[in-house]
Amino acid sequence: MTRINLTVDGATVADDVEPRMLLVQYLREKLGKTGTVIGCDTSNCGACTVHLDGTSVKSCNVLAVQADGSEVTTIEGLAQDGRLHPVQEAFRECHGLQCGFCTPGMIMQSVDLLKDNPDPSEEEIRLGLEGNLCRCTGYHNIVKSVQHAASQGAAGGSAVTQAAGGAQ
Amino acid sequence: MTATQERPAEAAKEIGRDRRRKEDQRLITGRTRWTDNIVLPGMVHVAMVRSPFAHAKITGIDKSAAEASPNVVSVITGADVADVQGALPNAWPITPDQVAPAHPPIAVDRVVFAGEIVAVVVARSAAEARDAAELVDVDYDELPAALELKAAAEATPENGGALAHPDLGTNKSAFWKFDSAEAGTGGNVDEAIAKARADGVVLEREYRQQRLIPAFMEPRSTVVDPTGEQITMWSATQIPHILKFLLAAVTGVSESKIRVIAPDVGGGFGGKLQTTPEEFITFLLARRLGKPVKYTETRSESLMAAHHGRDQWQKLTISAEKDGTVTGLKVELLADLGSHVSLIGGGVPVLGAFMFNAIYKFPAYQFNCQTVLTNKTWTDAYRGAGRPEATFGIERIMDDLAAELGVDPFELREKNWIKHEEFPFTTVAGLEYDSGNYEAATANAKAMFGYDELRAEQKRRRESGDRVQLGIGVSTFTEMCGLAPSRVLGSLDYGAGGWEHASVRMLPTGKVEVLTGASAHGQGHETAFSQIVADRLGVAFEDVEILHGDTQVAHKGLDTYGSRSLVVGGEAIVKAADKVIDKAKVIAAHLLEASEDDLEFSGGRFSVKGTDQGLAMAEVALATFAAHNLPDGVEPSLDSDATFDPVNFNYPHGTHLCAMEVDTETGQVTMRKYAACDDIGNIINPLIVEGQLHGGLVQGIAQALWEEAVYDDAGTLVTGSFVDYLLPTAADTISFDLDHTTSPATTNTLGTKGVGEAGTIASTPAVVNAVVDALRPLGVDDVRMPCTPERVWKAINDARGGQKAETVGAAAPHFDPSTGMEGTVDRTTGGADA
Repeated sequence: MTRINLTVDGATVADDVEPRMLLVQYLREKLGKTGTVIGCDTSNCGACTVHLDGTSVKSCNVLAVQADGSEVTTIEGLAQDGRLHPVQEAFRECHGLQCGFCTPGMIMQSVDLLKDNPDPSEEEIRLGLEGNLCRCTGYHNIVKSVQHAASQGAAGGSAVTQAAGGAQ
Repeated sequence: MTATQERPAEAAKEIGRDRRRKEDQRLITGRTRWTDNIVLPGMVHVAMVRSPFAHAKITGIDKSAAEASPNVVSVITGADVADVQGALPNAWPITPDQVAPAHPPIAVDRVVFAGEIVAVVVARSAAEARDAAELVDVDYDELPAALELKAAAEATPENGGALAHPDLGTNKSAFWKFDSAEAGTGGNVDEAIAKARADGVVLEREYRQQRLIPAFMEPRSTVVDPTGEQITMWSATQIPHILKFLLAAVTGVSESKIRVIAPDVGGGFGGKLQTTPEEFITFLLARRLGKPVKYTETRSESLMAAHHGRDQWQKLTISAEKDGTVTGLKVELLADLGSHVSLIGGGVPVLGAFMFNAIYKFPAYQFNCQTVLTNKTWTDAYRGAGRPEATFGIERIMDDLAAELGVDPFELREKNWIKHEEFPFTTVAGLEYDSGNYEAATANAKAMFGYDELRAEQKRRRESGDRVQLGIGVSTFTEMCGLAPSRVLGSLDYGAGGWEHASVRMLPTGKVEVLTGASAHGQGHETAFSQIVADRLGVAFEDVEILHGDTQVAHKGLDTYGSRSLVVGGEAIVKAADKVIDKAKVIAAHLLEASEDDLEFSGGRFSVKGTDQGLAMAEVALATFAAHNLPDGVEPSLDSDATFDPVNFNYPHGTHLCAMEVDTETGQVTMRKYAACDDIGNIINPLIVEGQLHGGLVQGIAQALWEEAVYDDAGTLVTGSFVDYLLPTAADTISFDLDHTTSPATTNTLGTKGVGEAGTIASTPAVVNAVVDALRPLGVDDVRMPCTPERVWKAINDARGGQKAETVGAAAPHFDPSTGMEGTVDRTTGGADA
């Protein structure tokens, strides 16, 4: 067992974990952060995407011990003060989800994409989301959601950027 | 999307609105209840030990090391529970003499596909269970495996071919036939074909429907809690009600002691229309151990052992007069069941039996299907289930026939399709299509697509010998959905009915609770059904709560599949709501001291005609709750139930057009444009409808271009992870141009038709037709799915060398040109290499 200390969705947590424990398992099993889900075992699907120190990662591809000392934001920490993040709002507005299983990862990846590229073209959006699989929407409305979020200025002054300490 | 028919001025307030979904708030904030999220006191975890062999005898299992592993609670083999584990049900034996092996949840002495469960480990944590599962030592003696579908169909004990189940003496499970001459719905197809061979056109084609994997995003998960009087199962299932019934039927536990909950379910596409070994095992373990038990599969397990879909060889023979008027269609299928005849796996091809004739007026039709057992994962429903296979076959061969005759694919289709004024139309397969307008949908689709412009570009590229050729694919599909009239299902030997149930409860505060037996897993029922109820009862959209997916809450139902939720379940809600109005009217009349005949109900209010007197539904609900002043003999309740059993399927249709660019040097194909005009009758929520179409389209396109479950020669699934089983990504796909026409269904009061499967059914042939269309001048007339660059390149290369590509070469002989008389089409240039 290894002791880790980190911040998850703004809360400071400390736990003893097995070195082999994945970050996604830690979030789900130790912290009950079940908003982040597991969709595959080969890091292809992206359903488990979270932000680690302000950058998107597939949390099945990070060991919990690697997150020691870091700041993690999950889908559950994205809305601030009861206000949805503009990307969350955009996914609802544009019907960018159906079953919703890929949605936490898709939203977290979209937030990261818009942070890097506040005004992406359709092609840039599609390439930026290539690591996240969705089986329901055919991506059509996911692309529209990201475009809509971009048009709403999701990249700047967003709740998540503030929460993540203004990470660049 | 633009509606082609304006909504009438008195249109309902909610129906037809782009309501944002009620479901989304919890899904976009991570406050979801997936089955794997559930944690219960003392809960233990299951890991499965699965066979690495496709076919083998189990000669010994040593579980001692696993039992000694930390925190292991129990290790169970098939032999340990052979007498009590029961067998998985087959609800659709398609013929009385169907051959079906027993289907134990845990293999006892023989494994019949790679991935079959041979032992089960229970431990205090999932990780410990998995660690211990590695320590279970199973000895196998490998047996010959039946893998290739055609070879499996031919195998007998005498010829030494591998048998999936040697004790059955055959791999053939059932032969199912429909013949229009025998059914009295049309002529004799063999006579039609013989006549056309003499003086007309006959094409024979063989198409391969590759094996697919539904690949819902949420892996399957089951939790069973035996604590207390009732056993509760949470499961990632499409069918909580059917599952409850079958758990009771198989295990002997009283149905009233079982509660099944499908909480948030992350997609299904038919893949969760199943009762699984994993569910039965978890149920058994929880009862044995007296503890809550959880099993969640890994993605690798899901791809290997959750049921697969499609997997057919299709031989089609079409006959026509020289002017292109079709005269007959004969279909001969081999359908791969995999290792077992699963819940409705045998019936899936039968769902296509009525659809090969599609929108065309064939005077004679015959459908033959042989289902075949192999040593591969069992197959069952996958989005469309039988109908994509049929649509692919007919739409591919119609394009081939058009090419043969040298006419535009639309010219041939229009000559043969059912005209708008001919509805309702009874088809050669015996179905009555209630409504449709193929002309209007086609005109819209062609305009949206820029059909003429793209044809002109295609011509330019052909003439200039462009390395990248342009192909245009057409699919004018229809389907039968809204499963289903119970009588029809009964006549097809299906084990259950096709009705749906609903309850509508008026709460004293004026809010409405609606129970539905439909069980959503991404469709948006809560939103669409709320819109229906809001309009019907004149209450606010926000005041309607839709409850579903828990057999203790919505106690009765037949669940969600076959594009049935709205057209069957939605209609049940309408009927229950109407009963609420009828009941409330009696009480309102009493309270208003008026005659019922003088009351009218509109906008949620009972009014006395010609006066300003009236009562809102909410007021009647409160008065009913108080029950101080009700008419004599009237019960103090407005709650109402209804069960709706449709008298017919319904028949969405549409015209889909796809433009593909094909690099003739590399075989790379790229989608340039996709436009579709669908007719699904009246639309409750256009936003949800478009979403269903988008997702459906991509699943159908993915069959055409990317997806295939591949086994190696030993029967091991090669495409066992998302690295190898190619689900499309955002970068692989394009945005679509959609439109709709509206031919309301006449068999439900909402006038709606199903939409869940339409995109998937329609799109696959549109894409392949486009790829083939691009390459026809090079001598290519088929490319086997998925149309990978390698297959496309090989098809081109082989055609250039005068040889048919291997991928196409499996096509059956078209017909012997030596017997062809004047006027028949000589197929030697495109002939088979058989």
